[in-house]
Amino acid sequence: MLSRTADHLFWMSRYIERAENLARLLDVTWQMSLVPQSEEAANQSWNAIIALNSLDEAFAKKYATVNGENVLKFMVSDPDNFSSIHSCLRLARENAHAVRGTLTTEMWETLNATWLEAKEKSFEQLLGAGVGDYFEWVKMRSSLSRGTTLGTLLQDEAFHFIRLGTLLERADNTARILDVKYHVLRSHGDEGATDFYEWGALLRSVSAFEVYRKVYRDVITPDRVAELLILNKDMPRSLHFCLNSVIKVLDLIANRQSGETARQAGLLHAQLHYGRIEDILAHGLHEWLTDFMDRIYLLGDGISKDFLVPMAEAA
Amino acid sequence: MNFYNEMYDANGGVRAHYKEYEDWLKATPPERIERKRAEADLAFHRVGITFAVYGEEAGKERLIPFDIIPRVIPSAEWKALQSGLRQRVKALNMFLWDVYHDQEILKAGVIPAEQVLNNAQYRAVMQGVDVPGGIYAHITGVDIVRAGEGEFYVLEDNLRVPSGVSYMLEDRKMMMRLFPELFAKHKVAPVQHYPDMLLEKLRAVAPKGVTDPTVVVLTPGAYNSAYFEHTFLAQQMGVELVEGRDLFVKDEVVYMRTTQGPQRVDVIYRRLDDDFMDPTVFRADSSLGVPGIIRAYQAGNVTLANAVGTGVADDKSIYPYVPDMIRFYLGEEPKLNNVPTYMCRKKDDLAYVLDHLPELVVKEVHGAGGYGMLVGPASTKEQIEHFRQLLIAKPDGYIAQPTLALSNCPTFVEEGIAPRHLDLRPFVLSSGECVNMAPGGLTRVALTKGSLVVNSSQGGGTKDTWVLED
Repeated sequence: MLSRTADHLFWMSRYIERAENLARLLDVTWQMSLVPQSEEAANQSWNAIIALNSLDEAFAKKYATVNGENVLKFMVSDPDNFSSIHSCLRLARENAHAVRGTLTTEMWETLNATWLEAKEKSFEQLLGAGVGDYFEWVKMRSSLSRGTTLGTLLQDEAFHFIRLGTLLERADNTARILDVKYHVLRSHGDEGATDFYEWGALLRSVSAFEVYRKVYRDVITPDRVAELLILNKDMPRSLHFCLNSVIKVLDLIANRQSGETARQAGLLHAQLHYGRIEDILAHGLHEWLTDFMDRIYLLGDGISKDFLVPMAEAA
Repeated sequence: MNFYNEMYDANGGVRAHYKEYEDWLKATPPERIERKRAEADLAFHRVGITFAVYGEEAGKERLIPFDIIPRVIPSAEWKALQSGLRQRVKALNMFLWDVYHDQEILKAGVIPAEQVLNNAQYRAVMQGVDVPGGIYAHITGVDIVRAGEGEFYVLEDNLRVPSGVSYMLEDRKMMMRLFPELFAKHKVAPVQHYPDMLLEKLRAVAPKGVTDPTVVVLTPGAYNSAYFEHTFLAQQMGVELVEGRDLFVKDEVVYMRTTQGPQRVDVIYRRLDDDFMDPTVFRADSSLGVPGIIRAYQAGNVTLANAVGTGVADDKSIYPYVPDMIRFYLGEEPKLNNVPTYMCRKKDDLAYVLDHLPELVVKEVHGAGGYGMLVGPASTKEQIEHFRQLLIAKPDGYIAQPTLALSNCPTFVEEGIAPRHLDLRPFVLSSGECVNMAPGGLTRVALTKGSLVVNSSQGGGTKDTWVLED
């Protein structure tokens, strides 16, 4: 397969996944903001989203204050913000457009229709109809595009690169959601009803509320939430699950120069496979997650050099 | 002017080959037609069959209007057209071989040598290059108009990168989806095998010694106006769609960058103009092409379709000589008419043209796509004066032709069904001795009342084209 084609497919799926996870993150923040709390605490959660995406400067340029409405507007439908859901859906569609011959008709039509529909939605309309509905819509469109991929695409290299993009992006995004929410929640320190709803919202944001119940059959505790999202090997949005699949896909697409990237992925996977939550928490969750995200970034870089934008022209 | 109507004769009677269709149209409730038209619009949008328009916002895509009333061509008429097209394209390929080899036709004085050798489209790098099978124009789009009963004219031969075939195929698919019952009533010759024919032709012109060639489609990229078509054809043929940056040349061999390392490429169906193909040979500022590809081509290690330098045969200043080419190479009389053409570089012709501007069509010699032309009868005084100045300043940049009474065909427009002018672009495929084509071609229709310009960039639409089998 053409390297450039693989590159477009990889980024197409990364942007869809990013849009979905952003919707999840904003959704949980929105829901948490509905629980009675001080204005300062609420704005702190919104600010964390901006900080997490390193968008402080870009945000400050356009908006005077950090509050729910401004952050939502900036992260949902601001076309100038390349990290907004709006931009992610546009970029996913642009990448798909560049390789539409490689996609099945169903896949292309799903992405194209998603963009055409997203483009028509103004922020005011979204707010009027309830942002929750919009986040549901984004999640459904992402599911639909994953579904058409799984249901219609030949499972050749194209499929593998799409899968790889999804997995890397998801691993990064789950780590981010956990990082930003764990600390906000942990710092509250109180136990009881508020806590239950907030941890519940976090779990729901990664579709893991029922999963948690099934796995632990016990009350929700922060450490178990971290364990579920990091180490559970069967939960489709956990870090372990993602890396499990990443090493399998890397094995399928291996070429002459990809050995080192596969080794790095293997090392990271081993940490998750043999890791214990006690050790991770003792190490410091924030530090651990930061290191994890750095290594995911390097993995993406390695994949890019090995497969997507090869520099070597030796025939 | 009296125009030939494709559906009705001069007395208002329905022509025999439109009888069934007209009955159906009359019997079908207007609401159903309206619903179907909306359905077609939606489907074209959703599938993304669009084209980009130059001069508009970058990346902006527009839909080419599709009209549900087909253009029907009776079998006998198509047979005559087909045999004329074969003859014409064969002669054009022989002319190109001759120009880039011994130049017999120039020596014989049939065409003035300077007309060819000083032409901007003449490519010296092609001199003496033996292209496989002697074929330069593997894909030719010949624009044909009808002026009367059995009276067809070739408007131009597109030998460089003719586009539009994807609309021919999508229009058919759409008609079959919307009105399957019509296909049960009519014996419409199928066109869906075009991509197969194209692939077969491309494989047939692989470099010597290559038995299982790797074929690719080369596109300028996603912002090109015909990008949809490039992806469509690559997908239909099951070959890679590449951009210039996906290819590189090493030791006069072309490779593409793949996830598994470099892979050799043998045949390139390129949808990129000569000028952009190789920055080391043509335009140095082109980032769309592949450095060194022309050397690889000259060495015979890769085949380009169409060949480099075909523009010298479809240039509007060469067009008037095509009938002479047919006589010279084939010893036959041309079966298709040329439009009488005034070459403004000739003094007498220029004088005539300047005297008759309001009745003539003036075209830029190197223009295409309906840009930079004057349709005398449809123009204002100011526009005519503007062209007069252009002509006086640069006479050899223009040709002029009488305004043809282009045929028209009933078409859905805002005020209902009304006649609109149309042309036909059959796509002719050549390899070796064999020249063939899908029955019919792309019918383009000018949607503006009275307009004679059918180009999609000028707001033209398309119709499905039916060649009826006996």
